[in-house]
Amino acid sequence: MSEVTVFEPDEPVVVEVEVNGEPVTAEVPSRMLLSDFLRQRLGLTGTHVGCEHGVCGACTVHIDGRPARSCLTLVAQTDGRSVRTVEGLACADGTLHPVQRAFKECHALQCGFCTPGFMMAVAGLLDERDDLATADDETIREEISGNVCRCTGYMNIVSAVKRAAELSNERG
Amino acid sequence: MKPSSFRYAVPTTLRAAIDIRAASEDSVVLAGGQSLIPTMNFRLANPEVVIDLRKLDELNYIRVGGGMVRMGAMTRQRVVEEDAEALAANPLIRETLTNVAHPAIRNRGTIGGSLAHADPSAELPTLLTTLRGTLTAQGPSGRRSIPATEFFEFIFTTALEPDELLVEAAVPVLEPGEGWAFTEFARRHGDYAVAGVAATLLVGPDGRISRARLGACGIATVPALLTECEELLTGNAPGDELFAAAGQVARDAVTVSDDSATTKAYRRHVLAGLVERTLKTAMTRVGVPR
Ligand SMILES: Cc1cc2nc3c(=O)[nH]c(=O)nc-3n(C[C@H](O)[C@H](O)[C@H](O)COP(=O)(O)OP(=O)(O)OC[C@H]3O[C@@H](n4cnc5c(N)ncnc54)[C@H](O)[C@@H]3O)c2cc1C
Ligand code: FES
Ligand code: FES
Repeated sequence: MSEVTVFEPDEPVVVEVEVNGEPVTAEVPSRMLLSDFLRQRLGLTGTHVGCEHGVCGACTVHIDGRPARSCLTLVAQTDGRSVRTVEGLACADGTLHPVQRAFKECHALQCGFCTPGFMMAVAGLLDERDDLATADDETIREEISGNVCRCTGYMNIVSAVKRAAELSNERG
Repeated sequence: MKPSSFRYAVPTTLRAAIDIRAASEDSVVLAGGQSLIPTMNFRLANPEVVIDLRKLDELNYIRVGGGMVRMGAMTRQRVVEEDAEALAANPLIRETLTNVAHPAIRNRGTIGGSLAHADPSAELPTLLTTLRGTLTAQGPSGRRSIPATEFFEFIFTTALEPDELLVEAAVPVLEPGEGWAFTEFARRHGDYAVAGVAATLLVGPDGRISRARLGACGIATVPALLTECEELLTGNAPGDELFAAAGQVARDAVTVSDDSATTKAYRRHVLAGLVERTLKTAMTRVGVPR
Protein backbone atom coordinates (compact mmCIF):
# COMPACT_ATOMS: atom_id res chain seq x y z
CA MET A 1 0.00 0.00 0.00
CA SER A 2 1.24 3.45 -0.91
CA GLU A 3 2.21 5.61 2.04
CA VAL A 4 0.17 8.56 0.86
CA THR A 5 -2.99 9.07 -1.16
CA VAL A 6 -3.32 12.43 -2.86
CA PHE A 7 -6.55 13.80 -4.31
CA GLU A 8 -6.31 16.69 -6.77
CA PRO A 9 -8.64 19.65 -6.03
CA ASP A 10 -11.26 18.52 -8.56
CA GLU A 11 -10.88 14.82 -7.84
CA PRO A 12 -13.62 13.20 -5.77
CA VAL A 13 -12.81 11.35 -2.57
CA VAL A 14 -14.59 8.05 -2.04
CA VAL A 15 -15.97 7.85 1.46
CA GLU A 16 -17.43 4.79 3.14
CA VAL A 17 -19.24 5.82 6.27
CA GLU A 18 -21.99 4.30 8.37
CA VAL A 19 -24.82 6.79 8.88
CA ASN A 20 -27.48 5.89 11.45
CA GLY A 21 -26.56 2.25 11.10
CA GLU A 22 -26.70 2.15 7.28
CA PRO A 23 -23.54 1.85 5.20
CA VAL A 24 -23.15 4.76 2.78
CA THR A 25 -20.60 5.01 -0.03
CA ALA A 26 -20.26 8.40 -1.70
CA GLU A 27 -17.96 10.38 -3.95
CA VAL A 28 -17.48 13.82 -2.46
CA PRO A 29 -15.28 16.86 -2.99
CA SER A 30 -12.49 16.81 -0.40
CA ARG A 31 -13.59 20.21 0.89
CA MET A 32 -17.18 19.13 1.61
CA LEU A 33 -18.21 19.53 5.24
CA LEU A 34 -19.99 16.69 7.02
CA SER A 35 -22.90 19.04 7.81
CA ASP A 36 -23.45 19.80 4.12
CA PHE A 37 -23.09 16.15 3.18
CA LEU A 38 -25.72 15.06 5.67
CA ARG A 39 -28.18 17.77 4.66
CA GLN A 40 -27.62 18.05 0.92
CA ARG A 41 -26.57 14.58 -0.16
CA LEU A 42 -28.43 12.41 2.32
CA GLY A 43 -31.39 14.71 2.95
CA LEU A 44 -30.87 14.43 6.70
CA THR A 45 -31.90 18.01 7.37
CA GLY A 46 -32.37 17.43 11.09
CA THR A 47 -28.73 18.45 11.49
CA HIS A 48 -28.96 22.23 11.57
CA VAL A 49 -26.31 24.70 10.54
CA GLY A 50 -26.00 27.92 12.50
CA CYS A 51 -22.60 29.49 12.81
CA GLU A 52 -20.36 27.12 10.83
CA HIS A 53 -17.43 27.76 13.12
CA GLY A 54 -18.07 25.50 16.05
CA VAL A 55 -19.68 27.95 18.44
CA CYS A 56 -23.44 27.32 18.39
CA GLY A 57 -23.63 23.52 18.57
CA ALA A 58 -26.67 23.27 16.23
CA CYS A 59 -24.79 20.89 13.92
CA THR A 60 -23.75 18.43 16.66
CA VAL A 61 -23.80 14.76 15.58
CA HIS A 62 -22.04 11.70 16.95
CA ILE A 63 -18.88 10.41 15.29
CA ASP A 64 -17.96 6.94 16.56
CA GLY A 65 -20.42 7.44 19.39
CA ARG A 66 -19.13 10.79 20.58
CA PRO A 67 -20.63 14.26 20.08
CA ALA A 68 -18.80 16.33 17.46
CA ARG A 69 -19.40 19.41 15.31
CA SER A 70 -20.34 18.36 11.79
CA CYS A 71 -19.49 21.88 10.55
CA LEU A 72 -15.87 21.41 11.67
CA THR A 73 -15.43 18.01 10.05
CA LEU A 74 -14.73 17.16 6.43
CA VAL A 75 -16.80 14.20 5.21
CA ALA A 76 -13.50 12.73 4.08
CA GLN A 77 -12.39 12.60 7.71
CA THR A 78 -15.29 10.25 8.51
CA ASP A 79 -14.19 7.57 6.05
CA GLY A 80 -14.41 4.25 7.89
CA ARG A 81 -16.28 5.82 10.83
CA SER A 82 -19.85 5.81 12.04
CA VAL A 83 -22.04 8.89 12.21
CA ARG A 84 -25.29 9.24 14.07
CA THR A 85 -27.65 12.15 13.51
CA VAL A 86 -30.84 13.21 15.24
CA GLU A 87 -32.76 11.08 12.72
CA GLY A 88 -31.01 8.07 14.23
CA LEU A 89 -31.97 8.77 17.85
CA ALA A 90 -35.38 7.08 17.93
CA CYS A 91 -35.72 3.29 17.59
CA ALA A 92 -36.68 1.85 14.21
CA ASP A 93 -40.21 1.23 15.52
CA GLY A 94 -40.58 4.93 16.31
CA THR A 95 -40.07 4.68 20.08
CA LEU A 96 -38.51 7.97 21.09
CA HIS A 97 -35.09 8.15 22.70
CA PRO A 98 -35.20 9.25 26.39
CA VAL A 99 -33.76 12.61 25.36
CA GLN A 100 -36.52 13.13 22.79
CA ARG A 101 -39.20 12.14 25.29
CA ALA A 102 -37.74 14.47 27.89
CA PHE A 103 -37.52 17.46 25.52
CA LYS A 104 -41.15 16.86 24.54
CA GLU A 105 -42.41 16.42 28.11
CA CYS A 106 -40.52 19.41 29.47
CA HIS A 107 -41.30 21.74 26.54
CA ALA A 108 -37.57 22.23 26.08
CA LEU A 109 -37.93 23.86 22.68
CA GLN A 110 -39.63 26.79 21.04
CA CYS A 111 -38.51 27.37 17.45
CA GLY A 112 -36.57 24.08 17.53
CA PHE A 113 -33.56 25.31 15.62
CA CYS A 114 -31.11 24.38 18.36
CA THR A 115 -32.95 21.20 19.39
CA PRO A 116 -31.26 18.51 17.29
CA GLY A 117 -27.81 19.73 18.36
CA PHE A 118 -28.88 19.87 21.99
CA MET A 119 -30.37 16.39 21.85
CA MET A 120 -27.23 14.89 20.32
CA ALA A 121 -25.06 16.63 22.91
CA VAL A 122 -27.29 15.45 25.76
CA ALA A 123 -27.51 11.91 24.37
CA GLY A 124 -23.70 11.83 24.38
CA LEU A 125 -23.66 13.18 27.91
CA LEU A 126 -26.01 10.46 29.14
CA ASP A 127 -23.71 7.82 27.72
CA GLU A 128 -20.93 9.22 29.90
CA ARG A 129 -22.59 10.26 33.13
CA ASP A 130 -25.26 8.51 35.15
CA ASP A 131 -25.53 11.14 37.89
CA LEU A 132 -27.37 13.87 36.02
CA ALA A 133 -30.83 13.06 37.37
CA THR A 134 -29.69 14.45 40.72
CA ALA A 135 -27.09 16.98 39.51
CA ASP A 136 -27.54 20.65 40.36
CA ASP A 137 -28.52 23.17 37.72
CA GLU A 138 -25.06 24.67 37.54
CA THR A 139 -23.48 21.34 36.66
CA ILE A 140 -26.04 20.76 33.94
CA ARG A 141 -25.62 24.26 32.58
CA GLU A 142 -21.88 23.72 32.35
CA GLU A 143 -22.36 20.41 30.60
CA ILE A 144 -24.61 21.95 27.94
CA SER A 145 -22.65 25.18 27.60
CA GLY A 146 -21.44 24.17 24.14
CA ASN A 147 -24.92 24.63 22.70
CA VAL A 148 -26.71 27.91 22.23
CA CYS A 149 -30.48 28.47 22.32
CA ARG A 150 -31.91 31.85 21.36
CA CYS A 151 -35.48 31.13 22.49
CA THR A 152 -36.02 29.16 25.65
CA GLY A 153 -33.81 30.82 28.23
CA TYR A 154 -32.52 27.30 28.98
CA MET A 155 -34.75 26.65 32.03
CA ASN A 156 -36.76 23.93 30.34
CA ILE A 157 -33.70 22.50 28.67
CA VAL A 158 -32.06 22.05 32.08
CA SER A 159 -35.24 20.31 33.29
CA ALA A 160 -35.22 18.12 30.19
CA VAL A 161 -31.65 17.01 30.84
CA LYS A 162 -32.65 15.86 34.34
CA ARG A 163 -35.76 14.16 33.01
CA ALA A 164 -33.79 12.45 30.24
CA ALA A 165 -31.34 11.19 32.86
CA GLU A 166 -34.23 9.78 34.92
CA LEU A 167 -35.77 8.13 31.89
CA SER A 168 -32.53 6.55 30.78
CA ASN A 169 -31.74 5.36 34.32
CA GLU A 170 -35.18 3.70 34.40
CA ARG A 171 -34.44 2.08 31.08
CA GLY A 172 -31.13 0.92 32.60
CA MET B 1 -19.41 29.24 4.01
CA LYS B 2 -17.18 26.58 2.53
CA PRO B 3 -13.49 25.95 2.42
CA SER B 4 -11.98 26.73 -0.99
CA SER B 5 -10.71 23.70 -2.87
CA PHE B 6 -7.37 22.13 -2.07
CA ARG B 7 -5.23 19.11 -2.83
CA TYR B 8 -5.99 16.57 -0.17
CA ALA B 9 -3.20 14.29 1.03
CA VAL B 10 -3.76 11.40 3.39
CA PRO B 11 -0.43 9.90 4.47
CA THR B 12 -0.39 6.61 6.38
CA THR B 13 3.11 7.05 7.81
CA LEU B 14 4.84 9.94 9.54
CA ARG B 15 7.67 9.73 7.02
CA ALA B 16 5.26 10.21 4.13
CA ALA B 17 3.58 13.10 5.94
CA ILE B 18 6.93 14.84 6.38
CA ASP B 19 7.92 14.19 2.75
CA ILE B 20 4.76 15.78 1.43
CA ARG B 21 5.03 18.66 3.89
CA ALA B 22 8.60 19.33 2.75
CA ALA B 23 7.60 19.11 -0.92
CA SER B 24 4.61 21.50 -0.69
CA GLU B 25 4.94 25.27 -0.90
CA ASP B 26 1.64 26.09 0.75
CA SER B 27 0.38 23.24 2.90
CA VAL B 28 -1.41 22.96 6.20
CA VAL B 29 -1.63 20.00 8.50
CA LEU B 30 -5.12 18.87 9.50
CA ALA B 31 -5.34 17.28 12.94
CA GLY B 32 -8.72 17.58 14.72
CA GLY B 33 -9.75 20.53 12.56
CA GLN B 34 -11.29 22.40 15.49
CA SER B 35 -9.19 25.52 14.86
CA LEU B 36 -8.19 24.97 11.25
CA ILE B 37 -11.59 24.24 9.71
CA PRO B 38 -13.27 27.39 11.10
CA THR B 39 -10.55 29.48 9.47
CA MET B 40 -11.01 27.54 6.22
CA ASN B 41 -14.80 27.90 6.41
CA PHE B 42 -14.34 31.66 6.59
CA ARG B 43 -11.60 31.47 3.97
CA LEU B 44 -9.14 33.13 6.29
CA ALA B 45 -6.95 30.19 5.31
CA ASN B 46 -6.93 28.99 1.69
CA PRO B 47 -4.19 26.39 1.63
CA GLU B 48 -3.17 24.70 -1.62
CA VAL B 49 -2.54 21.39 0.13
CA VAL B 50 -4.20 19.91 3.20
CA ILE B 51 -2.28 17.05 4.82
CA ASP B 52 -4.71 15.04 6.92
CA LEU B 53 -2.96 13.21 9.76
CA ARG B 54 -5.97 11.05 10.63
CA LYS B 55 -4.31 7.79 9.63
CA LEU B 56 -1.14 8.36 11.65
CA ASP B 57 -1.89 5.92 14.45
CA GLU B 58 1.78 6.11 15.36
CA LEU B 59 1.07 9.61 16.77
CA ASN B 60 -1.87 8.44 18.88
CA TYR B 61 -0.62 7.29 22.29
CA ILE B 62 -0.22 8.14 25.95
CA ARG B 63 2.87 6.75 27.67
CA VAL B 64 3.76 7.17 31.30
CA GLY B 65 7.31 6.32 32.28
CA GLY B 66 10.72 7.74 33.15
CA GLY B 67 9.07 10.49 35.17
CA MET B 68 7.20 11.83 32.15
CA VAL B 69 3.73 11.67 30.61
CA ARG B 70 4.22 11.54 26.83
CA MET B 71 1.37 12.24 24.49
CA GLY B 72 1.44 11.64 20.75
CA ALA B 73 0.42 14.70 18.74
CA MET B 74 -2.69 13.04 17.28
CA THR B 75 -4.07 11.92 20.64
CA ARG B 76 -7.51 13.47 21.14
CA GLN B 77 -7.77 15.87 24.05
CA ARG B 78 -10.75 13.96 25.45
CA VAL B 79 -8.88 10.67 25.38
CA VAL B 80 -6.07 12.11 27.49
CA GLU B 81 -8.63 13.58 29.87
CA GLU B 82 -10.16 10.13 30.37
CA ASP B 83 -6.87 8.25 30.72
CA ALA B 84 -6.52 6.74 34.19
CA GLU B 85 -2.75 6.33 34.03
CA ALA B 86 -2.18 9.93 32.99
CA LEU B 87 -4.55 11.06 35.72
CA ALA B 88 -2.63 9.15 38.38
CA ALA B 89 0.71 10.44 37.13
CA ASN B 90 -0.29 14.06 36.68
CA PRO B 91 -3.85 15.11 37.59
CA LEU B 92 -3.16 18.67 36.47
CA ILE B 93 -3.41 17.53 32.86
CA ARG B 94 -7.05 16.56 33.22
CA GLU B 95 -7.97 19.63 35.23
CA THR B 96 -6.43 21.80 32.52
CA LEU B 97 -8.12 19.98 29.65
CA THR B 98 -11.61 20.19 31.14
CA ASN B 99 -11.28 23.96 30.73
CA VAL B 100 -10.63 23.67 26.98
CA ALA B 101 -13.76 24.43 24.96
CA HIS B 102 -16.59 21.88 25.24
CA PRO B 103 -16.63 18.06 25.19
CA ALA B 104 -17.80 18.00 21.56
CA ILE B 105 -14.73 20.04 20.59
CA ARG B 106 -12.34 18.02 22.76
CA ASN B 107 -13.66 14.77 21.28
CA ARG B 108 -12.07 15.88 17.99
CA GLY B 109 -9.35 18.35 19.01
CA THR B 110 -5.87 16.89 19.48
CA ILE B 111 -2.99 17.58 21.83
CA GLY B 112 -0.69 18.47 18.93
CA GLY B 113 -3.28 20.71 17.26
CA SER B 114 -3.76 22.87 20.32
CA LEU B 115 0.00 23.20 20.87
CA ALA B 116 0.90 23.88 17.22
CA HIS B 117 -1.94 26.39 16.99
CA ALA B 118 -0.26 28.29 19.86
CA ASP B 119 -3.10 30.53 20.90
CA PRO B 120 -1.78 32.45 23.94
CA SER B 121 -5.27 32.17 25.46
CA ALA B 122 -5.23 28.39 25.21
CA GLU B 123 -4.89 26.22 28.28
CA LEU B 124 -2.71 23.38 27.02
CA PRO B 125 0.26 25.53 25.91
CA THR B 126 0.15 27.09 29.37
CA LEU B 127 0.26 23.67 31.02
CA LEU B 128 3.31 22.69 28.96
CA THR B 129 5.03 25.98 29.77
CA THR B 130 4.24 25.94 33.48
CA LEU B 131 5.52 22.39 33.92
CA ARG B 132 8.58 23.10 31.72
CA GLY B 133 7.46 20.34 29.41
CA THR B 134 9.09 19.32 26.15
CA LEU B 135 7.83 19.22 22.58
CA THR B 136 9.24 16.93 19.95
CA ALA B 137 9.36 17.99 16.32
CA GLN B 138 10.26 15.86 13.34
CA GLY B 139 11.34 17.06 9.91
CA PRO B 140 13.31 15.77 6.92
CA SER B 141 16.54 16.02 8.91
CA GLY B 142 15.26 14.12 11.94
CA ARG B 143 13.83 14.65 15.38
CA ARG B 144 14.56 17.36 17.91
CA SER B 145 13.23 18.32 21.34
CA ILE B 146 12.19 21.85 22.10
CA PRO B 147 11.60 23.06 25.67
CA ALA B 148 8.07 24.45 25.99
CA THR B 149 9.52 27.71 27.28
CA GLU B 150 11.16 28.19 23.86
CA PHE B 151 8.48 26.63 21.66
CA PHE B 152 5.89 29.41 21.85
CA GLU B 153 7.31 32.49 20.15
CA PHE B 154 4.33 34.76 19.54
CA ILE B 155 0.56 34.64 18.94
CA PHE B 156 -0.06 31.60 16.69
CA THR B 157 3.72 31.31 16.15
CA THR B 158 5.95 28.45 17.27
CA ALA B 159 9.53 27.29 16.88
CA LEU B 160 8.41 24.61 14.38
CA GLU B 161 10.14 24.91 11.00
CA PRO B 162 7.83 24.97 7.96
CA ASP B 163 8.81 21.40 7.06
CA GLU B 164 8.50 20.02 10.58
CA LEU B 165 5.60 18.33 12.29
CA LEU B 166 4.93 18.29 15.98
CA VAL B 167 4.99 14.63 17.00
CA GLU B 168 4.92 14.55 20.79
CA ALA B 169 4.32 16.62 23.90
CA ALA B 170 5.64 15.57 27.29
CA VAL B 171 5.17 16.88 30.82
CA PRO B 172 6.77 15.61 34.02
CA VAL B 173 4.73 13.53 36.46
CA LEU B 174 3.96 15.29 39.73
CA GLU B 175 5.91 14.43 42.86
CA PRO B 176 4.11 12.46 45.59
CA GLY B 177 2.25 14.98 47.75
CA GLU B 178 2.69 17.84 45.27
CA GLY B 179 -0.32 20.15 45.10
CA TRP B 180 -1.77 21.23 41.77
CA ALA B 181 -4.60 23.29 40.29
CA PHE B 182 -5.84 24.96 37.13
CA THR B 183 -8.37 27.76 37.40
CA GLU B 184 -9.69 30.15 34.83
CA PHE B 185 -12.22 32.88 34.40
CA ALA B 186 -14.25 32.89 31.19
CA ARG B 187 -17.38 34.84 30.37
CA ARG B 188 -19.12 31.61 29.45
CA HIS B 189 -18.06 28.10 30.47
CA GLY B 190 -15.91 26.61 27.70
CA ASP B 191 -15.05 29.90 26.04
CA TYR B 192 -11.48 31.05 25.74
CA ALA B 193 -10.70 32.53 29.14
CA VAL B 194 -10.08 36.15 30.11
CA ALA B 195 -7.20 34.58 32.02
CA GLY B 196 -6.28 31.17 33.41
CA VAL B 197 -3.64 29.99 35.86
CA ALA B 198 -1.85 26.66 36.29
CA ALA B 199 0.09 25.97 39.47
CA THR B 200 1.92 23.27 41.38
CA LEU B 201 3.16 23.48 44.97
CA LEU B 202 5.66 21.24 46.69
CA VAL B 203 6.07 21.69 50.44
CA GLY B 204 9.21 20.38 52.14
CA PRO B 205 9.52 18.62 55.53
CA ASP B 206 10.31 22.03 57.10
CA GLY B 207 6.83 23.24 56.16
CA ARG B 208 8.14 25.67 53.54
CA ILE B 209 7.44 25.71 49.84
CA SER B 210 10.33 23.94 48.15
CA ARG B 211 9.05 24.37 44.60
CA ALA B 212 6.28 26.44 43.08
CA ARG B 213 5.45 26.47 39.39
CA LEU B 214 3.01 29.02 37.99
CA GLY B 215 1.93 30.00 34.54
CA ALA B 216 -0.96 31.86 32.95
CA CYS B 217 -2.88 32.05 29.69
CA GLY B 218 -4.65 35.02 28.15
CA ILE B 219 -2.31 37.68 29.47
CA ALA B 220 0.55 37.95 26.97
CA THR B 221 1.49 37.08 23.39
CA VAL B 222 2.71 33.67 24.58
CA PRO B 223 1.76 31.43 27.50
CA ALA B 224 3.32 33.30 30.42
CA LEU B 225 5.51 31.94 33.21
CA LEU B 226 4.87 33.78 36.45
CA THR B 227 8.48 33.53 37.60
CA GLU B 228 8.24 36.42 40.06
CA CYS B 229 5.43 34.62 41.85
CA GLU B 230 7.44 31.42 41.85
CA GLU B 231 10.36 33.23 43.46
CA LEU B 232 8.18 34.93 46.03
CA LEU B 233 6.63 31.62 47.08
CA THR B 234 9.72 29.44 47.17
CA GLY B 235 11.31 29.15 50.60
CA ASN B 236 8.32 30.61 52.41
CA ALA B 237 5.65 28.98 54.54
CA PRO B 238 2.40 28.66 52.58
CA GLY B 239 -0.59 30.66 53.74
CA ASP B 240 -3.41 32.94 52.59
CA GLU B 241 -1.34 36.10 53.04
CA LEU B 242 1.51 34.76 50.96
CA PHE B 243 -0.91 33.63 48.26
CA ALA B 244 -2.58 37.06 48.20
CA ALA B 245 0.84 38.69 47.88
CA ALA B 246 1.64 36.36 44.97
CA GLY B 247 -1.58 37.52 43.28
CA GLN B 248 -0.47 41.14 43.58
CA VAL B 249 2.96 40.33 42.15
CA ALA B 250 1.34 38.57 39.19
CA ARG B 251 -0.50 41.72 38.03
CA ASP B 252 2.54 43.07 36.20
CA ALA B 253 2.76 39.97 34.03
CA VAL B 254 -0.25 41.16 32.03
CA THR B 255 1.16 42.68 28.86
CA VAL B 256 -1.75 42.43 26.41
CA SER B 257 -3.56 45.69 25.86
CA ASP B 258 -7.28 46.38 26.04
CA ASP B 259 -9.50 44.47 23.66
CA SER B 260 -13.16 44.88 22.76
CA ALA B 261 -14.36 42.96 25.80
CA THR B 262 -11.65 43.35 28.44
CA THR B 263 -9.45 46.18 29.61
CA LYS B 264 -5.89 45.57 30.73
CA ALA B 265 -6.73 46.82 34.23
CA TYR B 266 -9.56 44.32 34.50
CA ARG B 267 -7.39 41.48 33.28
CA ARG B 268 -4.77 42.37 35.90
CA HIS B 269 -7.46 42.31 38.55
CA VAL B 270 -8.75 38.92 37.34
CA LEU B 271 -5.25 37.46 37.22
CA ALA B 272 -4.46 38.52 40.79
CA GLY B 273 -7.61 36.82 42.03
CA LEU B 274 -6.99 33.70 39.96
CA VAL B 275 -3.41 33.29 41.21
CA GLU B 276 -4.60 33.51 44.79
CA ARG B 277 -7.48 31.10 44.19
CA THR B 278 -5.36 28.61 42.25
CA LEU B 279 -2.70 28.53 44.97
CA LYS B 280 -5.33 27.96 47.64
CA THR B 281 -6.79 25.06 45.70
CA ALA B 282 -3.33 23.62 45.02
CA MET B 283 -2.58 23.88 48.75
CA THR B 284 -5.66 21.79 49.64
CA ARG B 285 -4.08 18.98 47.61
CA VAL B 286 -0.59 19.19 49.09
CA GLY B 287 0.27 15.98 50.92
CA VAL B 288 -2.93 14.29 49.82
CA PRO B 289 -2.23 10.77 48.54
CA ARG B 290 -3.29 10.25 44.94
C1 LIG C 1 -16.11 26.81 19.80
C2 LIG C 1 -14.66 26.54 20.10
C3 LIG C 1 -14.15 26.88 21.35
C4 LIG C 1 -12.83 26.63 21.64
N1 LIG C 1 -12.38 26.97 22.89
C5 LIG C 1 -11.11 26.70 23.21
C6 LIG C 1 -10.62 27.00 24.51
O1 LIG C 1 -11.34 27.48 25.39
N2 LIG C 1 -9.31 26.73 24.77
C7 LIG C 1 -8.49 26.17 23.83
O2 LIG C 1 -7.33 25.93 24.12
N3 LIG C 1 -8.92 25.86 22.61
C8 LIG C 1 -10.21 26.11 22.28
N4 LIG C 1 -10.63 25.79 21.02
C9 LIG C 1 -9.68 25.20 20.05
C10 LIG C 1 -9.57 23.70 20.21
O3 LIG C 1 -8.97 23.39 21.43
C11 LIG C 1 -8.78 23.03 19.09
O4 LIG C 1 -9.04 21.67 19.19
C12 LIG C 1 -7.28 23.16 19.10
O5 LIG C 1 -6.83 24.48 19.25
C13 LIG C 1 -6.71 22.67 17.78
O6 LIG C 1 -6.61 21.30 17.79
P1 LIG C 1 -7.02 20.47 16.51
O7 LIG C 1 -6.50 19.09 16.73
O8 LIG C 1 -8.43 20.62 16.24
O9 LIG C 1 -6.09 21.13 15.40
P2 LIG C 1 -6.40 21.68 13.94
O10 LIG C 1 -7.49 22.65 13.95
O11 LIG C 1 -6.49 20.54 12.99
O12 LIG C 1 -5.00 22.42 13.68
C14 LIG C 1 -4.69 23.62 14.36
C15 LIG C 1 -3.37 24.18 13.81
O13 LIG C 1 -2.27 23.38 14.21
C16 LIG C 1 -1.59 22.83 13.08
N5 LIG C 1 -1.22 21.47 13.43
C17 LIG C 1 -2.07 20.52 13.93
N6 LIG C 1 -1.38 19.39 14.23
C18 LIG C 1 -0.08 19.64 13.91
C19 LIG C 1 1.11 18.86 14.00
N7 LIG C 1 1.11 17.61 14.50
N8 LIG C 1 2.27 19.43 13.59
C20 LIG C 1 2.28 20.69 13.10
N9 LIG C 1 1.19 21.47 12.99
C21 LIG C 1 0.02 20.96 13.40
C22 LIG C 1 -2.57 22.95 11.95
O14 LIG C 1 -1.92 23.02 10.72
C23 LIG C 1 -3.31 24.22 12.29
O15 LIG C 1 -2.57 25.33 11.91
C24 LIG C 1 -11.97 26.02 20.68
C25 LIG C 1 -12.47 25.68 19.43
C26 LIG C 1 -13.79 25.93 19.13
C27 LIG C 1 -14.32 25.55 17.78
S1 FES D 1 -23.04 25.24 12.91
FE1 FES D 1 -21.59 23.91 13.75
S2 FES D 1 -21.34 24.71 15.72
FE2 FES D 1 -22.61 26.20 14.79
S1 FES E 1 -35.64 26.72 20.61
FE1 FES E 1 -35.19 28.33 19.28
S2 FES E 1 -33.03 28.38 19.35
FE2 FES E 1 -33.49 26.97 20.89
